Amino acid sequence: MPEAAVIAFAEAPNLRRTDGTTNGVEMLVPIFREVFEQTGLTKSDIGFWCSGSSDYLAGRAFSFVSAVDAIGAFPPVMESHVEMDGAFALYEAWVKVLTGEAEIALAYGFGKSSAGDLRRVLALQLDPYVVAPLWPDSVSIAALQARLGLDENLWTKRAMAEVAVRSRAAAVSNARAQPASDELEVEELLSEPYVADPLHAHDCAPITDGAAVVVIAAADRARELCERPAWITGFEHRIDSGSLGARDLTRAPSATAAGVAAGAAAAGATVDVAELHAPFTHQELILRAALGLPDSVRISPSGGALAGNPMFAAGLARIGHAARQVMSGSASRALGHATSGPALQQNLVCVVEAH
Amino acid sequence: MASADKQRAAVLGTGQTHHRSKRPDVSIAGLCREAVDRALADAGLELADIDAVVVGKAPDLFEGVMMPELYLADALGAVGKPLLRVHTAGSVGGATGVVATSLVQAGRHRRVLAVAFEKQSESNAMWALSIMPPFSMPLLAGAGGYFAPHVRAYIRRSGAPTHVGALVAVKDRRNGALNPYAHLRQPDITLESVQASPMLWDPVRYDETCPSSDGACAVVIGDQAAAEASSRPVAWIRATSMRTEPTMFAGKDHVNPRAGADAGKALWAAAGIASPIDEIDVAEIYVPFSWFEPMWLENLGFAEEGKGWQLTEAGETAIGGRIPVNPSGGVLCSNPIGASGLLRFAESAMQVMGTAGEHQVAGAKTALGHAYGGGSQYFSMWVVADTPD
Amino acid sequence: MTVPLNQSLDQPPSPPLSAPLNISFDYTRSLGPVLSQFMTGLAERRILGSRSADGRVYVPPAEYDPVTFAPPAELVQVGPAGTVVTWSWQPEPREGQPLDRPFAWALIRLDGADTAMLHAVDAGAKALMRAGLRVTPRWADAPAGRINDLVCFDPARDDAGDAASAAAAGAAPVPALSDQPVTMITTPILLHYQHTASAEESRYLRALGQGKIVGQRCPSCDKVYVPPRGACPTCGVPTTTDVELPDSGIVTTFCVVNVPFQGQRVPAPYVAASVLLDGADIAFQHLILGCEPDQVRMGMRVRAVWKPPAEWGTTAENISHFEPTGEPDAPYESYAHHL
Repeated sequence: MPEAAVIAFAEAPNLRRTDGTTNGVEMLVPIFREVFEQTGLTKSDIGFWCSGSSDYLAGRAFSFVSAVDAIGAFPPVMESHVEMDGAFALYEAWVKVLTGEAEIALAYGFGKSSAGDLRRVLALQLDPYVVAPLWPDSVSIAALQARLGLDENLWTKRAMAEVAVRSRAAAVSNARAQPASDELEVEELLSEPYVADPLHAHDCAPITDGAAVVVIAAADRARELCERPAWITGFEHRIDSGSLGARDLTRAPSATAAGVAAGAAAAGATVDVAELHAPFTHQELILRAALGLPDSVRISPSGGALAGNPMFAAGLARIGHAARQVMSGSASRALGHATSGPALQQNLVCVVEAH
Repeated sequence: MASADKQRAAVLGTGQTHHRSKRPDVSIAGLCREAVDRALADAGLELADIDAVVVGKAPDLFEGVMMPELYLADALGAVGKPLLRVHTAGSVGGATGVVATSLVQAGRHRRVLAVAFEKQSESNAMWALSIMPPFSMPLLAGAGGYFAPHVRAYIRRSGAPTHVGALVAVKDRRNGALNPYAHLRQPDITLESVQASPMLWDPVRYDETCPSSDGACAVVIGDQAAAEASSRPVAWIRATSMRTEPTMFAGKDHVNPRAGADAGKALWAAAGIASPIDEIDVAEIYVPFSWFEPMWLENLGFAEEGKGWQLTEAGETAIGGRIPVNPSGGVLCSNPIGASGLLRFAESAMQVMGTAGEHQVAGAKTALGHAYGGGSQYFSMWVVADTPD
Repeated sequence: MTVPLNQSLDQPPSPPLSAPLNISFDYTRSLGPVLSQFMTGLAERRILGSRSADGRVYVPPAEYDPVTFAPPAELVQVGPAGTVVTWSWQPEPREGQPLDRPFAWALIRLDGADTAMLHAVDAGAKALMRAGLRVTPRWADAPAGRINDLVCFDPARDDAGDAASAAAAGAAPVPALSDQPVTMITTPILLHYQHTASAEESRYLRALGQGKIVGQRCPSCDKVYVPPRGACPTCGVPTTTDVELPDSGIVTTFCVVNVPFQGQRVPAPYVAASVLLDGADIAFQHLILGCEPDQVRMGMRVRAVWKPPAEWGTTAENISHFEPTGEPDAPYESYAHHL
């Protein structure tokens, strides 16, 4: 019997640039209000808060501290923070619920990528001695991975472009998504210039300012607060080596391991929907293979990261969208995936089900 | 889910580095492994025995590495395993211990490695802490200048004699001399020498402030089966607690923050402790500026409000006193910011495991580990004991 | 779709204030035993890899390899030539990258290595890049013991690469470290941000530009905050109502700063005080001048001293400091709850 469920989700509009500050409060206050309205809860009902964000998006130390203003943390609250995507904050929150120390937990993630030069700053995720001093940007790193697969005939540029077309068309029905269009054509896209051969602009997620929030509850409370809770039946994450040249970049073994452990493709019971956190088109193809997803699975109906990639919230938003599919009755079993680090180094899988 | 389902957890081993102002002999990975290898040896385990890793450290800007757990995955033996990185400002070391404990208590893993570190000499703490965004009021002073006015307010509120802060400095630095890993080890420090040291932010003197250190700490936490299978002493984790309040808000009590007091009360209740001063044998408390010892003794309920200084003045917080505080020398001796909180947790465990060597409090059975961070904002703490209940 | 700004009713909408924020530091990194050997090798124009216990050769060396997690058994010399495993094209080089004309990023497996290293290839034209291309290192004129000693790699002339590698063949163990091993590297990191003030903060800053101090009241708890916050920290709701405040108040608590602080033009000792303006519910830290530091008291009444209006901008620095007014001190009980 599952012990906790997702009962609410909201995401801020995915925008190329907001007027707000890097501490996220302007993006968070409205979406906290949304999930409280969805559930009838107030801030005093939340037993544990956990956030995900990064100082390097803001350009100053302790930037997440000001975000706590959005909580209204007085009387004092039980609260924690990871310097990772909010999906990992949700994981920490779920563990807290499993210990029995909280019945209802709220995880949030936020990032104002437009404040800095995201492509540049992500170079600092790489080995500080032998790689980062060369300042390889994040798109170039992804492009290396893309070509490796193209050369080995693991995927084609056409397949990559089809991911882009499908994602942006799906995003049309997501009011909070960013570049949405159902008029893109594969041939047109393939004829556009490269941004980092072999990647075209359509292969890359946009720069996005955004935030997301997910509320989970322990069993009895979940049934009280939500008509159709999305029960968490698997929640796992793994990490691969930090050395780019020492691992096979065409695969994501940590995603495979996380997916297996989470029961994503349990014998005879795959998922109906998989929301994949793939900021590059070829990475969606890698993840589909890594997670063993058959063609019958609907991939990222929200549009995925290609339709909005708010750093440190995008993974949490994938879980939120997956849960929404279950909560709305559109799916009976769904998977939300999050990634961290260059070229799919770390991967998290959350499986949610109806009952 | 009922709390009764919570699994028992215990510290199987601890390890730390030799803390110094600079560790030029190691890389960031090497610094972490020094602590990790010692913790594994203390636990009688290897990296292959670890199921998950939790890393904690303070702002990435200190080392100029974004999300260093990514680079450290190999060094920490985390490849193929779950790895989390927590960051709750100065309390992060404590949060690391709490999160690692929760993973075991929730039944997720059998053995979790908690690692916290700071290699401050990659940059320097003053620079990283003084980056002010545009439009801010200019910073007037370093970290001590933020806390010194609240120390003044405590002295005013409690009527404490003004030498109490210096007494803490003398005790902690002499304790540090008993701790082979401590950064500052000053066996000959005296009340007079502390009071003669330069006044930095009146009323806080140079010798009453924490150093800036490179260092790391690691703790292996296991479930009941792992603890029972160990041939070495373990420290059972009776309870943990965490509380947060905003750094600044109208009506905030900076001297006796509500979040710290709430965290303490929740901790004692969960651990079944009715009178901390009677039932806790030793406390490792996060004291970065001397006066925080009496302030936190009150905040945590070891003394009534306004009377914490009396315990210090009477010598009751020395090893051999009624409530030894920071026998390791505490943050006043070693302050790798990201690790300082976990060091408090580790040192409390060492006390009940009987492995604290020269700074062992004789017969310690129940100990407190405490950390705080931000502007007296984040508080995390645990109680460990030599028996599970 | 725009994010609605939180506006006070009696002011026309204005965009929030923003300004550049650049952070810069020359990070000093100690290398530890393995990387020290690698960097010393680079200074000697040799490329070293690590051989782990399972026999795999990692380049660059793995201080702790991803399979055994153990330090290497030994370091071995590799290359100098190598083979491109994969590549991408950088049409517009970015700040800090190895070359300032279009180049290829590549994962390069040096001869004798089992893993690939990331670097740049100065191919000249994208059409010349391919997986399988043989490349040789281009060294800096004055190698200093850092990864940038390898300026980049060049496509190998037909025989040069293979012969050089044959000479260094067999991934031979290296001779002992030179007399002056490289133990540290310095990595400058400069990052550019555009920092944006919140709508509330922008109104407060613009008011300061007019010589006024404007705080904000929380609609839920009624407390007045100055400077403003994105949301009331205890209630979590935006503080929407502007409240003009006098520029006088009291010192609640303070310290005397004796340590010179970077950027501080006032010589020490000086007083950093928590100043609670009349009508505000929270204090902020400011400088007290106009009396000796040892005359400052908790509860002392103070008033702002503004810079000349010609020097005003949209900044809290329009107020130079606070000075005592000479009025009687506020009683302790009146501000005790602000401590």
